[in-house]
Amino acid sequence: MLQISCPWCGPRDEIEFRCGGQSHIIRPGPPEEIDDATWGRYLSEKTNPRGDHLERWLHAAGCRRWFNVARDTATHRIRAVYHMIEAAPAIDDEGSAR
Amino acid sequence: MKMRYSAWTVFKQGLGGQRGWKPAWRSPDPKPDYEVVVIGGGGHGLATAYYLARTYGIRRVAVLEKGWIGGGNSGRNTTAIRSNYYYRASARMYEHSLKLYERLSKELNYNVMFSQRGMISLAHSPHDVELAHRQAGAMRLNGVDADFLTPAEIARRVPILDMSPEARFPVFGGLLQKRAGTARHDAVVWGYARAADALGVDIIQNCEVTGFRRGADGAVTGVETSRGPIATTRIGVAVAGHSSRLAEMAGFRLPITSYALQAFVSEPLKPVLDTVILSPATGVYMSQSDKGGLVIGGGLDLYPSYAQRGNMPVIRNVLGAVAAQYPALGRVRLLRQWAGIVDVVPDSSPIIGASPVPGLFLDCGWGTGGFKAIPVGGTMLAHQLATLTPHELAEPFSLERFTTGALIDEAAGSGIAH
Repeated sequence: MLQISCPWCGPRDEIEFRCGGQSHIIRPGPPEEIDDATWGRYLSEKTNPRGDHLERWLHAAGCRRWFNVARDTATHRIRAVYHMIEAAPAIDDEGSAR
Repeated sequence: MKMRYSAWTVFKQGLGGQRGWKPAWRSPDPKPDYEVVVIGGGGHGLATAYYLARTYGIRRVAVLEKGWIGGGNSGRNTTAIRSNYYYRASARMYEHSLKLYERLSKELNYNVMFSQRGMISLAHSPHDVELAHRQAGAMRLNGVDADFLTPAEIARRVPILDMSPEARFPVFGGLLQKRAGTARHDAVVWGYARAADALGVDIIQNCEVTGFRRGADGAVTGVETSRGPIATTRIGVAVAGHSSRLAEMAGFRLPITSYALQAFVSEPLKPVLDTVILSPATGVYMSQSDKGGLVIGGGLDLYPSYAQRGNMPVIRNVLGAVAAQYPALGRVRLLRQWAGIVDVVPDSSPIIGASPVPGLFLDCGWGTGGFKAIPVGGTMLAHQLATLTPHELAEPFSLERFTTGALIDEAAGSGIAH
């Protein structure tokens, strides 16, 4: 069981959250200049690493706000929790959850 | 020379104190080059090697397995085999697989214990009943057997199920595929391994692929492994759960996210369940193994993972649903819990065929249902590797569909949102 520190509500059990997958995905544009291959990649291709993964989470059973989590997909260790508008932390960032 | 298994061999070995059995496959060292290299010594990889040798006569084939054969998802699934899919492309493919399973023991001379005990998908509301009829109609149009069961028929067939109107998950009917069933998962792997080995395929265990060799034109020229480089111009990737990692090594991305899928087996019980039963409302399904253990599966874990263990909330959801639907099982103890890492694709359908790298071909994205597809996955990947063109059944399942948008959204077909 993970304990995730929602930036607004504090530490809660993982069952209150939904994982929204990879974060920091930039929508390509402008739309009229995008070919099908680029659009297909944007919609479906994932980084899916074994190790550090930057992902979006929703506090679904709490404040219902989105935020970012840096988590290791092999150990499930959470390295950082940060706001949607913040830049990704460096990969060696040992910053604790806020 | 391969030993032929039969009742007579068993009898004869019994007289000889069981000392005459031979290893079922060799453990050769890797050769410097092969015509085809298959990465992944699970069911799909070994079936691919077997069909390459048997159907296409390509015998200079290596199967590379980083651990031991059948130690990944082939050894971690819940052994259900079915073809109750909705779309025509899926129905044709999975039905082909089911038909291959029906004669697999004979073909491989290895008892894979395929037991067509049927699979019932329960309907928990009048709306579920309508959807079940629609599904049955689609299946019949595609030539797959389908029957609708009334609550009375389900009560007779599955006496341990709580059928009362006050049940947490009331039962309004069910969809039955009679020809669905289960098989012995290890036997499928071992049967294919033995048959492929007999045709000259080298099965190389404890051999992890660490990189790809590429020519000036970008095409593959070989693989780097923990046991040295191996030259080849054709590579098949059948590494469920870890497909993204192999793709990353080759320099491209796949529309795949890896999740843990858990399963459980109970202590052995006397026979209480003679079918595979699925409750789409909870995602929980169950069958009873020939040894008496209840084999139980549920939905995916909640977030991407490569940890082959699973997390507690899913265990609670799955076992809570079992206790609610089958009150008599509330005090049954579990023997084991495990998790496999599965390739989840946005449209819940596999990716078969060419990759962006010339010479590198894919058999991945089976999500939570790769076991039932082992024979057809091997057939399709072998065809692609041997002829360099997609198998007829594989054409709709190419990687290009994520560019063209021709998705095959089968989340409903499995009954589990994966």
